Amino acid sequence: MKTMALHHCSYQVARAKVETVRALTDLEKLFRLVLPDGEALNHDPGQFVQVSLFGVGEAPISICSSPTQLDSFELCVRRAGRFTTALHQLNPGAEIGIRGPFGVGFPVIPLEGNDVMLIAGGLGLAPLRSLIHYIIDNRRDFGKVDILLGCRDPQSMLFCDELEVWRKRLDINFSCSVDRGAPDWEGNVGLITALIPGVHLEPLKTVAVVCGPPVMYRFVIQELLKKGIAERHIYLSLERHMKCGLGKCGHCQIENLYCCRDGPVFNYADIKNIKGAI
Amino acid sequence: MDQQALLPQARLGEFVAFLAARQKLIGPVALGYNQYKFAEVTSLEELSLDYLPTILPPKKYFLPYHERLLSYDLSDGQGMEPVVEVEDITLFGLHTCDLAGIQCLNMVFSDHPRDLHYLTRKHHMTLIGLECTDYCDHYANCAMLRTHLPKGGYDLFMTEMNDHYYVDVNTYTGEVLVREADLFERVTPLALKELRSLRDAKKKIFQNELPIRYQDMPKLFDDTCDSEVWTQVGDKCLACGNCTNVCPTCYCFDMADEPELGLTRGHRVRIWDSCQHETFAEVAGGENFRGQRSERQRHRFNRKFHFPLERYKRVFCTGCGRCSRSCMAGIDLKETLNALIDERS
Ligand SMILES: Cc1cc2nc3c(=O)[nH]c(=O)nc-3n(C[C@H](O)[C@H](O)[C@H](O)COP(=O)(O)OP(=O)(O)OC[C@H]3O[C@@H](n4cnc5c(N)ncnc54)[C@H](O)[C@@H]3O)c2cc1C
Ligand code: SF4
Ligand code: FES
Repeated sequence: MKTMALHHCSYQVARAKVETVRALTDLEKLFRLVLPDGEALNHDPGQFVQVSLFGVGEAPISICSSPTQLDSFELCVRRAGRFTTALHQLNPGAEIGIRGPFGVGFPVIPLEGNDVMLIAGGLGLAPLRSLIHYIIDNRRDFGKVDILLGCRDPQSMLFCDELEVWRKRLDINFSCSVDRGAPDWEGNVGLITALIPGVHLEPLKTVAVVCGPPVMYRFVIQELLKKGIAERHIYLSLERHMKCGLGKCGHCQIENLYCCRDGPVFNYADIKNIKGAI
Repeated sequence: MDQQALLPQARLGEFVAFLAARQKLIGPVALGYNQYKFAEVTSLEELSLDYLPTILPPKKYFLPYHERLLSYDLSDGQGMEPVVEVEDITLFGLHTCDLAGIQCLNMVFSDHPRDLHYLTRKHHMTLIGLECTDYCDHYANCAMLRTHLPKGGYDLFMTEMNDHYYVDVNTYTGEVLVREADLFERVTPLALKELRSLRDAKKKIFQNELPIRYQDMPKLFDDTCDSEVWTQVGDKCLACGNCTNVCPTCYCFDMADEPELGLTRGHRVRIWDSCQHETFAEVAGGENFRGQRSERQRHRFNRKFHFPLERYKRVFCTGCGRCSRSCMAGIDLKETLNALIDERS
């Protein structure tokens, strides 16, 4: 058996340099990364990259910055295991490997001209943030914008400084709820589903985008359907175990779909009858 | 050069020696206890050409159990070089079911994004098929899947007849072999007649093993999604992954980094994985999207008889019977399909 150099392949990684690292909570860090020569990653909001550290491995991470930010991109990473712990140890100046961007992102074009309702639970805010920033940077192209955010408790809230900005903007309706309050918490306490009935919306021109843990989807979708939003107007981002990101390794498969290739963002009408999807 | 040729049976040994002298030659070898494997050979005596499907299919040469994808060097940050493990190999004596299995893998790995590791290796293979004239055993269901007859995917294909092998020359590589071996004769009208009667006899022997047509398979799986059969199969299954390892069309894999002793250099490798393993679809945080053995078994069957029809327009089961033969829990593919068919009717 000979080992030969291969000119090119889908597993090769591009180098990216860590510019800044910011701790958002005890568990999550935000990494700002630049590609060689400041090249743009050229992603769609909602797409992900495979992040690589040789000797440790790879993990799929959503790009949490908007493609309108050209000189760098951002990843928000929760410390969940071996790979993400290694990533958390990196300092500015370190190098990581990147493959991608991969997958189908949020439906930016169908959203244009419509009212948008963006619903994030927990770490789901990370991928959704790429869309939120994209919408803010192109705010004129969209109708009414509602952002609903749910998280476990005030301490686990991500991007607090940005949330304050969104809350203050008149062209965004921002609301937020925590499952468990804290002594100094003045906002809503309860599940995110409780926020939906209170939103004023015109169902025919509203598109909803939902991003959060699997348990959240069923309940949130029920509420959205009750509001009269069409199944076709609901988009979800799904998480699955991923290895290759190329539609080959089989880990991310949901019946005949591959989450890495056909998703991670799916239209609810397309997947509602697929066993095990939601 | 004709597209067909005859090899006198008495000269098969010389042909095997010719092939072995040219490049690494792999063929079916007996292991005892009616078990066979593909292994390197240099002479006809080492081969067992009358063989049951080998324990592992020829996929092990196309998609090795363990393969290097990249070599990295941490002294250069995240520097790396794509590498591929290749070897010129002639695979000899492949049954039509295994040729069909290779065709399935070819489709998957040449589908976008192309897998250049696989495709590079594929171009270093010479494939020589051998026709079966009877069933290997009762586990096979090749007639149902129409893989009991040659349908391309080889350089040369040999059919054993009274005194000769009838050889179909399918590629330029095959043509060169026939010419350079200098052992072949022109096809005679008598040989053609003999081939026709052999194929006629095969028609009587190989008949659809199951009461369902090829094109009706996807519907069967749509209808039996919630069937009790999956619970029963799941209750038996040990989640060992034997069935997917021995399957000629299973290609699920894992990736891992293997540092060398010094820890600065190492390799990113691809290793076979199995959708039957418990943590295959588990994500960080513990959510498992196919946590039940019944769900994983249903997934395996759907990946053979249902999902690939949409994208690749063919069933990804070759009817070789390997999964049934190797299952320690006695899960039998034909029995399972029969149970699904019974339940529906
Ligand atoms: C499309 C997508 C986007 C994601 N975006 C983010 C994000 O923006 N921020 C974030 O913090 N996390 C995100 N995740 C989850 C993240 O990939 C996992 O937390 C991470 O893989 C865990 O790896 P680990 O080695 O730290 O954990 P371990 O539990 O030690 O992981 C072991 C192995 O399982 C695999 N694995 C485990 N969980 C997952 C998973 N959920 N998805 C895929 N592979 C997994 C890993 O590749 C690893 O090889 C995303 C996952 C997907 C599928
Ligand atoms: S070989 Fe049998 S026991 Fe093992 S995973 Fe397959 S079906 Fe289950
Ligand atoms: S991650 Fe490998 S197929 Fe989707």
